[in-house]
Amino acid sequence: MIKVSQIINDLNAQLVCGNTDLNQDIDFGFASDLMSDVLTIDSDNLLLVTGLNNLQTIRTSEMSDIPYILFVRDKKASEEMKNLAEESGITILECRYSMFRACSILCNMGLEPVY
Amino acid sequence: MDFKFDIEGGNFSKAGTASSDVKKVLKKLNVDPKLIKRIVVSIYEAEVNVVAHAYEGEMNVSIFPEKIIVRIVDKGPGIPDIELAMQKGYSTASPEVREMGFGAGMGLPNIKKNTNELNIKSEVGVGTEVELINYLN
Repeated sequence: MIKVSQIINDLNAQLVCGNTDLNQDIDFGFASDLMSDVLTIDSDNLLLVTGLNNLQTIRTSEMSDIPYILFVRDKKASEEMKNLAEESGITILECRYSMFRACSILCNMGLEPVY
Repeated sequence: MDFKFDIEGGNFSKAGTASSDVKKVLKKLNVDPKLIKRIVVSIYEAEVNVVAHAYEGEMNVSIFPEKIIVRIVDKGPGIPDIELAMQKGYSTASPEVREMGFGAGMGLPNIKKNTNELNIKSEVGVGTEVELINYLN
């Protein structure tokens, strides 16, 4: 379990959308650029780590009740994506790290894998 | 309670709007959140299939006290071999669809996993009808 504030500190990430309590805990992490895979995940309170920055990333998260998205590889969320995320209560973070680097740091911090 | 939503083939910027509206309705009806997730994931998969493969389609939602029935009907190329399409990993999606994060051949198996009953009828060159039934209790 890790806190949103830890992600911001340890990954030099930026909070770009969402009225999030930075002390909120996140239980699980799942990394994928394939939304088909993301839609098969059942875990709650999950951080999606992805480099796929399009509207369907947000839609997929909305449908899957995923409350947190971390964009890696310096991918940026568009205004349309941010608006949809706000409407759906999804928090978006962005960082410059590669997916591998981000995941290794998150894993060391204590974020649990889904399987 | 009945709802109807149009689905535009090929328009990924609108894909998911129908499923999103259904989710809002189910939340208002205080349906169990875990069940809402199962229902909306499956209808979103089906909606994306229409956007990815068909020319146009519609989603008809009927909500009863004990169950929800969603029928998604499209005009499109149809599915020549439904049994093959149900296999994990089988896909005929275009590179553009794959760039959107879909087309991994997971959609229909995931719909089956998240529904109590799944019925598919398809005619090549005409279109496909997918019926999803979920019991609310």
